[in-house]
Amino acid sequence: MSLSVPDLNLRIIAPVLIVAISALVVLLGELVTSSAQKRGLGYASLVGLLAAGGAAMGLWDAHAVAFREMVRADNFGVFLTLTILAGAVLCILLSFDFTRAHRIETGEYYALILFSVTGMLLMVTAADLIIIFLALELLSLPLYILAAFKREDERSLEAGLKYFLLGAFSSAFFLYGIALVYGATGTTNLARIAASAPSEMLLIGAGLLLVGFAFKVALVPFHWWTPDVYEGAPTTITAFMSVAVKAAAFGAFLRAFLVALPALAMDWRVVLAIIAVLTMTLGNVAALLQANIKRMLAYSSIAHAGYILIALVAMGGAGVSAALFYLLAYTLTNLGAFGAVIALGEGERERLNVSDYGGLARMQPLLAAMLTVFMLSLAGFPPFAGFVGKFLIFGAAVQNGWAWLAVVGVLNSLVSVYFYLRPVVAMYMSEPVEGWGAPRVAPLVALALVLALIGVIALGVFPAPAIALAAGGLGR
Amino acid sequence: MELAIFYLFASIAIVAALGMVVLRNAVHSALSLAVVFVALAALYVLLNAPFIAAAQVMIYAGAILILFVFVIMLLSPRVDQGAGALKWQRPLAALCGLVFAVELAIVAASALLPTERGPFTPERLAEIGDVQAVGALLFTDFLLPFEITSLLLLVAMVGVIVLAKKR
Repeated sequence: MSLSVPDLNLRIIAPVLIVAISALVVLLGELVTSSAQKRGLGYASLVGLLAAGGAAMGLWDAHAVAFREMVRADNFGVFLTLTILAGAVLCILLSFDFTRAHRIETGEYYALILFSVTGMLLMVTAADLIIIFLALELLSLPLYILAAFKREDERSLEAGLKYFLLGAFSSAFFLYGIALVYGATGTTNLARIAASAPSEMLLIGAGLLLVGFAFKVALVPFHWWTPDVYEGAPTTITAFMSVAVKAAAFGAFLRAFLVALPALAMDWRVVLAIIAVLTMTLGNVAALLQANIKRMLAYSSIAHAGYILIALVAMGGAGVSAALFYLLAYTLTNLGAFGAVIALGEGERERLNVSDYGGLARMQPLLAAMLTVFMLSLAGFPPFAGFVGKFLIFGAAVQNGWAWLAVVGVLNSLVSVYFYLRPVVAMYMSEPVEGWGAPRVAPLVALALVLALIGVIALGVFPAPAIALAAGGLGR
Repeated sequence: MELAIFYLFASIAIVAALGMVVLRNAVHSALSLAVVFVALAALYVLLNAPFIAAAQVMIYAGAILILFVFVIMLLSPRVDQGAGALKWQRPLAALCGLVFAVELAIVAASALLPTERGPFTPERLAEIGDVQAVGALLFTDFLLPFEITSLLLLVAMVGVIVLAKKR
């Protein structure tokens, strides 16, 4: 029998390939480097990520498919690819001194982050449910391991185990959803699913897909793992998970529901609207009660998933571009906030309680100001990125007839101001706490913070170019 | 005849799956799971997919189940462990399961499945061979998923070593 080889258009998956190859290089590099040279592996990872970013920019306006329409290069995918890569670069910049202080500085640490990024990039370029599933697994598996990376710390092990068990469970739901969608339509290709007639089985399949996505982006009621995992995992990994996984999973979520299932929109829009309300409200109210800053940011990330879900409910070009802009703004802001928490650590100790932030404004005025900016951006204050993101999302909702959802979102943002400002108030109003010296910020951490800060302010003051890039890129 | 065999193995699979969940002893559960796997393999044979059936028996009933039994033996969990922790979730889980079962029943009753059959009819498979058909698909239509899977296995391996090695 003769074989017809598929269109091996490697250019379409060049960013994925570059990150995968750098992951393998770093993994092999682990064998030949002494423990003092592990830093070099981090630099190698940075080079790989930046090269992948260059390759991704070359795909702008490419509008092509490859591998029997399994992957698609469109501006939607390129935008999210760059968002994820930016998140990964900042995370690695934050990791250099953190991993040394916490004695987890190994090649595998960087290699696993790169493998996870490989999965994320595949996920946002996938045009087929099979690729989305495999990418989901490829992005999750390294994170399960990284969450448990601090093996002597019981909380870290608990985080890894919990994330793994629940993640495997949600993957089973997702896979069952794919099976039912395939049974109903005879295809796993997103565009061809859209072309087939809707049926009850397709609806149940879509529901199970929703469970899988909802778990990954932490929507209520599939959010239970988030606080424990975010609290237990090493802080750099928490920072990475909270932004990059959201960008990747929401990318595939938007693509699957908007490209493959628009015919069922009447059904899923209502369900998603209810989930969005529950997610925002529970995330914000629970965050109010947290004294631990990592747990607070975990609940805040749940709330932000709720805001982004509003954009999906709104649908249309405005909804998609609002979601993309929000994901970019959230990536920079949240990494900045976690970066400040990491920068304030002392050796293996971290300032995890809000009360630990007392009096920091006097000891570290610059760092305190930065953390304030990130918190204000998370809360949605102008002139920062978070404000423009929320403005776009609520605007899209009102435009498409979901004004009540926008109102709920605004009310939730008001609630969130209280807990975002708590560490700020502590820094500026409280007396310094005993037992903490003045923090010394490592240069690379400072670089990451400055980059995030520039991004947050630039996106807030001049949002037009980024909005233009985010608009109308979803290929069908 | 074919239908009779289908119902026979399907009911064996369902009973064994129930047994796997209900039985208190972990080893008994594992053995029930083996029965499920073998019954499923029989269903694959009925669907003209002997290769998948063989793979099912070798990989699931063979390798994976042996692994389960090993883990059970090494950890030797106490019978009926941790059932008390799930008290209030049980009725809720039963309700959700029931709703889902009803939904599936409605779908099955509506029987709106596409009647179009794939390119691999029994005659075509007899001509090119079953294993060849699977292999050809893996290296053409499913080339990219196949390669991603290799990365996935590598990550799993690295992860196990990272978490388990001595430091």
